[in-house]
Amino acid sequence: MAFIDYYKILGIDKAATDKDIKNAYRKQARKYHPDLNPNNTEANKKFQEINEANEVLSDPEKRKKYDKYGENWQHGEAYEQQSRQQQSRQNNNGGPGGFEGFGGGFGGGEDFSDFFQSMFGGAGSAGGGRRTGYRGQDLNAEFQLNLQDTLQTHKQTLTVNGKNIRITIPAGIENGQTIKIAGHGGAGTNGGPAGDLFIKFNIPADARFKRDGANLYNTIKLDLYTAVLGGELMVETPTGKVKVKVKPETQNGTKVKLKGKGMPVYKKENESGDLFITYDIQIPVNLTDKQKQLFEELSKS
Amino acid sequence: MKTEHLITVREFCVYHNVDNTFINSLQQAGLVSVMIKSNDTFIPETELQKLEKMISLHQLDINVAGIEAITHLLDRMEQMQQKLIGMHNRLRIYEEE
Repeated sequence: MAFIDYYKILGIDKAATDKDIKNAYRKQARKYHPDLNPNNTEANKKFQEINEANEVLSDPEKRKKYDKYGENWQHGEAYEQQSRQQQSRQNNNGGPGGFEGFGGGFGGGEDFSDFFQSMFGGAGSAGGGRRTGYRGQDLNAEFQLNLQDTLQTHKQTLTVNGKNIRITIPAGIENGQTIKIAGHGGAGTNGGPAGDLFIKFNIPADARFKRDGANLYNTIKLDLYTAVLGGELMVETPTGKVKVKVKPETQNGTKVKLKGKGMPVYKKENESGDLFITYDIQIPVNLTDKQKQLFEELSKS
Repeated sequence: MKTEHLITVREFCVYHNVDNTFINSLQQAGLVSVMIKSNDTFIPETELQKLEKMISLHQLDINVAGIEAITHLLDRMEQMQQKLIGMHNRLRIYEEE
């Protein structure tokens, strides 16, 4: 566990007055406050550091303790006292892990560093940097889906902060899209409403299809003979293989539209995008003498 | 009738330690709307999130004009973030995996 230089975080020196600290905190907070940096985890992390620095330095008792032990804090009485508390806290950390697929976990909670916890014990007072509102905090979570999972609207049960909630994931949802589950964020205070839960969906690039909205794209190898003479081909779509007719004298790079074989259109029932396939014509290799002779004949015809 | 939880502006200001005039200025700037019922001013639940965000900005010494500018910028930023996600997804078409 590393020592944290709270003065450095706020950009002030040890002689700073209460007013200096307040000003420095506000200046930094104007840059990194989560409300000014939506969807910016880096800024949120930075804000937590600033908040923690302010929590310690703006509280005369905490500041005194911090200044007294400084970098030698581990030899201080405080460390001994808190280490037992710390241990029990860590044991609790292995609690409910939510469900699989939840990547980022939940944001919004005011987390203090291990350094802070070991020096000052549990969480800080709410009166310090930010005061909680009537409305509960919004929570953020991430959920991973495959392209295949988004072909149909489906229900999913998620465990959020120990509570099971059932959500509907509409077909055709796209990578990076966020769904708001109203009222499933943190609880409100003094009868205020609960915050909302925001679930961001991550859909990794599919190995088979490229996607643009509801349309899908794929390149398919086509042998020279079928391209020249025409024929049939089995083509993979998200919902299974379909038979496609190949016109005679098909040129390399020809694009064919398979209508309605793309992804469902988000929140539009019975509407689907298209699947576009591009032919990549394969020139035969390792020709036999006989085959070479036939091509020569062809070239002279 | 749909029941809605209302908080009086008075109660809200005491809790957040802000002046009544701050809420008035926000309302005049068109940033929040309040409700007047039987001679008392209330904050509808739907406005709470916005308002509490503005209060945290106010506590950083940002005045109403600044909050107004920030609100517009944040709206635009959100639109841009949405566009960026869309562009990022479209770019995947050209990326080899």
